Amino acid sequence: MKYPLRVVSVERSLFEGDVEFIIANGADGELGVLARHAPLMTILKPGPLRIQEVYGGPEQVLFVGGGFLEVLPDRVTVLADVAEHAEEISVERAEEARRRAQEKLAGTLTTAEETEFQNALAMAEARLRLARMRRG
Amino acid sequence: MPAFRDIVRRIDSIRNTQKITKAMQVVAATRLRRAQAAVQATRPYSEKMLEVLQTVGERATEYKHPFLVRREGKRAVMILVTTDKGLCGAINVNNIRAATRYMNEHYTEGQRYVTIGRKGRDFLLRYRRDVIAEVSGVSDRPTVVEVLPAISVALEEYTKGNTDAVLLCYSKWISTMKQESTVTVLIPAEIPHREAEGKGPRADYIYEPDPESVLDGLLPRYVETQVFQAVLENKASEYSAKMIAMQNATNAAGDLIDALTLYANKVRQAGITTELMEIVSGAEAMRASS
Repeated sequence: MKYPLRVVSVERSLFEGDVEFIIANGADGELGVLARHAPLMTILKPGPLRIQEVYGGPEQVLFVGGGFLEVLPDRVTVLADVAEHAEEISVERAEEARRRAQEKLAGTLTTAEETEFQNALAMAEARLRLARMRRG
Repeated sequence: MPAFRDIVRRIDSIRNTQKITKAMQVVAATRLRRAQAAVQATRPYSEKMLEVLQTVGERATEYKHPFLVRREGKRAVMILVTTDKGLCGAINVNNIRAATRYMNEHYTEGQRYVTIGRKGRDFLLRYRRDVIAEVSGVSDRPTVVEVLPAISVALEEYTKGNTDAVLLCYSKWISTMKQESTVTVLIPAEIPHREAEGKGPRADYIYEPDPESVLDGLLPRYVETQVFQAVLENKASEYSAKMIAMQNATNAAGDLIDALTLYANKVRQAGITTELMEIVSGAEAMRASS
């Protein structure tokens, strides 16, 4: 059974269509959403959002840099902070970002800064994992 | 009387200026279209965001996020959006005036500014206002990442208790001919109430991890989205104003060219008449003497 899914970021709409299954990286771990899932509101951690238009069929992967997932009885929405299609990810830039975040984390930091760079590092690593997954 | 050549030279110079203003007008028109598309593109996100906030707000009623609490006090941080470049009519002047007037009327005990755009920054610094953060050189296709640092500074000030309100001033795009400088209160945030749909409250969610964390995550993003949209809308206003300003300049140059051409012809005519007179009187004098 399909349900309408919409993935939007502040800058643009990334996906709109009927799907059967998605897998997202929620605050409390990975979660899959099929039709008739209970209404849910969760924070998303940086990571891939896997979309299967047909359950078990070919997968479309989006990178979501944190955000929210809302499951309603009749539709599902992803509000993404930063989102891009997997094929748009630049491996070099992600590597670079990871290196920078690691360097910063090595120095002395305030708590706010540490959270910030931890986030940056998580984003960069999620991007890289996704890019590898696609190539590997 | 100026020489004919001088007037012609001046006409040529004005014609060159006219070519430039005409080109700038065309460029502004194209960029305006792009800016409008960018504003449109943020709509789905912001509408959805508001919807979710309303639903979560109805649930987590006992929980008051600091951004929703009204503070008594007369200190404010104003996020002022202006353009980086000039030649766009009065929109920067209007924005700056609207922002400073609002601050003077309502927040007398602490006025600080965060500027997005070079013009606002330069003005405020010249008048020795307190600018705590600034972002300039925002690209023509702004991304959230570009404006985020400025917003974070303002939000941080509020969280630390250094200010009682965060305001936003930008130029609202109404039509190509009309832009309006608008001041809005970002914090304390006002979540507009949902119009009664007759369906009653929707089924409650399961929250992961919990409603408070979700609200904590949503509210700063809601504010950020508003600022980002303001930046985009200000871009649209900038290009509208620029288009009109350049059109006026092109027309004015046209009028000037017409007037100068007429004058140049008169000067030339006068020159010819004088020469003729000289020849005729010369001939007369020769005949009289022979």
